[in-house]
Amino acid sequence: MTRLTPAPPPGKLIDSPPFKVNAKKELANPVLRKNLRFATHTIRAKRRLRVSEVGEEAWQQLRDAAAEIKDRVARHLDTYLLQLEETLTAKGAVVHWARDAAEANQIVVDLVKAKQVQDVVKIKSMVTQEIDLNESLEANGVAAWETDLAELIVQLGHDRPSHILVPAIHRNRSEVREIFLREMGRYGTPAPADLSNDPPVLAAAARTHLRNKFLAAKVAISGGNFAIAETGTLVIVESEGNGRMCLTLPETLISVVGIEKVLPTFDDLEVFLQLLPRSSTAERMNPYTSMWSGITPGDGPQELHVVLVDNGRTQALADEIGRPALRCIRCSACLNICPVYERVGGHAYGSVYPGPIGIALTPQLRGIKSVIDKSLPFACSLCNACADVCPVQIPLPEIIVHNRNRVAEAKQSERRPHLETTAVGAMTWVWKNPKHWEKMLKLAGLSGKALAALRVQSLGPLPPPISAWSNARDLPAPPAQSFREWWKRNREGAQ
Amino acid sequence: MSQPGDGIRVALFATCINDVMFPNTPKAVVKLLERLGCTVDFPFGQTCCGQMFTNTGYYKEGLTTVHTYVDAFERYDYIVAPSGSCVGAVRHQHPMLAEWAGDELLLARVCKLVPRTFDLSEFLVDVLGVTDVGAFFPHKVTYHATCHSLRVTKVGERPYQLLQAVRGLDFVELPSDEAGLPTAEECCGFGGTFSLKNPDVSVAMVSEKVRNILATGAEYVTAGDNSCLMNIGGLLHRQKAPVKAIHLAEILASTEEDAA
Ligand code: SF4
Repeated sequence: MTRLTPAPPPGKLIDSPPFKVNAKKELANPVLRKNLRFATHTIRAKRRLRVSEVGEEAWQQLRDAAAEIKDRVARHLDTYLLQLEETLTAKGAVVHWARDAAEANQIVVDLVKAKQVQDVVKIKSMVTQEIDLNESLEANGVAAWETDLAELIVQLGHDRPSHILVPAIHRNRSEVREIFLREMGRYGTPAPADLSNDPPVLAAAARTHLRNKFLAAKVAISGGNFAIAETGTLVIVESEGNGRMCLTLPETLISVVGIEKVLPTFDDLEVFLQLLPRSSTAERMNPYTSMWSGITPGDGPQELHVVLVDNGRTQALADEIGRPALRCIRCSACLNICPVYERVGGHAYGSVYPGPIGIALTPQLRGIKSVIDKSLPFACSLCNACADVCPVQIPLPEIIVHNRNRVAEAKQSERRPHLETTAVGAMTWVWKNPKHWEKMLKLAGLSGKALAALRVQSLGPLPPPISAWSNARDLPAPPAQSFREWWKRNREGAQ
Repeated sequence: MSQPGDGIRVALFATCINDVMFPNTPKAVVKLLERLGCTVDFPFGQTCCGQMFTNTGYYKEGLTTVHTYVDAFERYDYIVAPSGSCVGAVRHQHPMLAEWAGDELLLARVCKLVPRTFDLSEFLVDVLGVTDVGAFFPHKVTYHATCHSLRVTKVGERPYQLLQAVRGLDFVELPSDEAGLPTAEECCGFGGTFSLKNPDVSVAMVSEKVRNILATGAEYVTAGDNSCLMNIGGLLHRQKAPVKAIHLAEILASTEEDAA
């Protein structure tokens, strides 16, 4: 069957090779590294400026409030969700519950099919990426068109998003120009033949390409940044206005929302609408904030479906250490500050959630069974920069280390010997007892002496597993005398 | 003449990596603290803070080192380590591990030691109340903040204050990036077992750190952690770069007599 929309790269994300392998591949791409470095450093500096405008103390108060609100939601999630269902229903929306990706996709596919349409327009949404909704729709003969500029670039580029806010962060303008010239005509209004790589010109081409899709669409699909239990209001913050088009023009709106997005009251928004734009796009206020509460006769979509998705969230909720990961408002500040993300980009993570939140949240949502999920928690140097910028104060390094603990325990419970668990066992013996450690120090001292006799001061390339270190870095030779030895000789008597 | 450290007994936590690989650093701490009037003990029961285990996910194993730490240092009021990272592990991971194990008794013992464990720079500035430690080091020096000193133990400006008071020392900041942010605060890519599990990313990170260091024209790069310095120094050495990695304690311990 011929495809309706551009095909993304083959395979499922969860079947990705381990992080290390993906990272090596991405590191070898100098254009990617340049694009990413420029983009992350620029946004990092802007975020810092926007946050400093608020003042350190006021910013911290906002972060505290946000964390408290989100923790309250986590504690009483059942109550708030039922309240949300009630208020939404009272205002004319239809609420659907989805346990996992398959259920959520089936619900949306059925709804769209009932409308007998071949095309739907979409607002950028992380949860629909997570459940891979576009491919489910495609398989059922429905073309889902991304209308966010960067998502459009990714879709037309037969690509996958590499960032949760700026999905095409890995592309520069000349790449975008090439994609538009090559692909737009195949899927609708073509780009003008004299397209330049000037950003306003590129944006204008996207606008023209999308216009007909907006005007023709009878069904739109959105996510939701917040869902207010008190009022049954869904909220989307965006920059381009494409969301506003999707939310107002079509007759039917299907909003797919993760269950952790619920907020108790309308007043709570005050906190998040201050934190989110400054942390994400480094704006004081985002250009478009859309809110809709059910159906308004004669105004906007006359049919509203809200699909509330679990897909691993209750599993994260049940994990006391992992739970705060559900506070995430997907601002991407942690990605932008992450030295690992900066160098490898989002594709290396085998998850729609890359960077620090990705390696904290993905193994919570998907578990630690696949090779990629087992490797994700280790894609981090524990530099802690992410914890400092997270607007909802998720203790990302703690959750990451906790995920490592889950992986390590799983490894230890396997029967076959691992190099790592064996080494860890040996070092535990050494460090458990100072006498054992002293023996080890003596051994190191002897090898240090031997090396000194050979006039070796530093060790170059060594065999595996140390080669991981020594392929690029020297290792100093151990000194002939440990500190302990020195103290014994020189100080013991003196005391 | 009275000294800031008069009457203060300090237990030196050398840390395992310094004990075996970098003995000059704890030796420098001894020299420095004694110069300032402290009495220094080295409790032989000490081994490692256990963060290599904990950070790799091996909690049970990390827990054994919490016991060794507590047993070794419990009787001291001041425990000083030349490592922001190991101090951070004592402060944050030791309580976490005791809680994880559900060991109330251990947790109580750990919590008593947390406020008594100091990074060298904290001990000098906060407890002894000195920034000028009487050091002399006539060289051009740059400083890498190290992630755990900066963001976990939060030593803040203290190392800068200490360095700035060293006689003869020509201090040069690591450069800002193209967006104007300080690169001194960026990770060097060590990250313990991260450097082995993801060597390619780690090397990409340290390469940039080294480029920034070379751009300063400094003769020495210093930091409060020898693990990061081993990473940075390892690449400097491989590149045969004319910059040496040296622990902050060794600069602070140096005097005119050493230079002579
Ligand atoms: S974890 Fe925090 S910093 Fe990262 S995307 Fe979520 S809210 Fe933003």
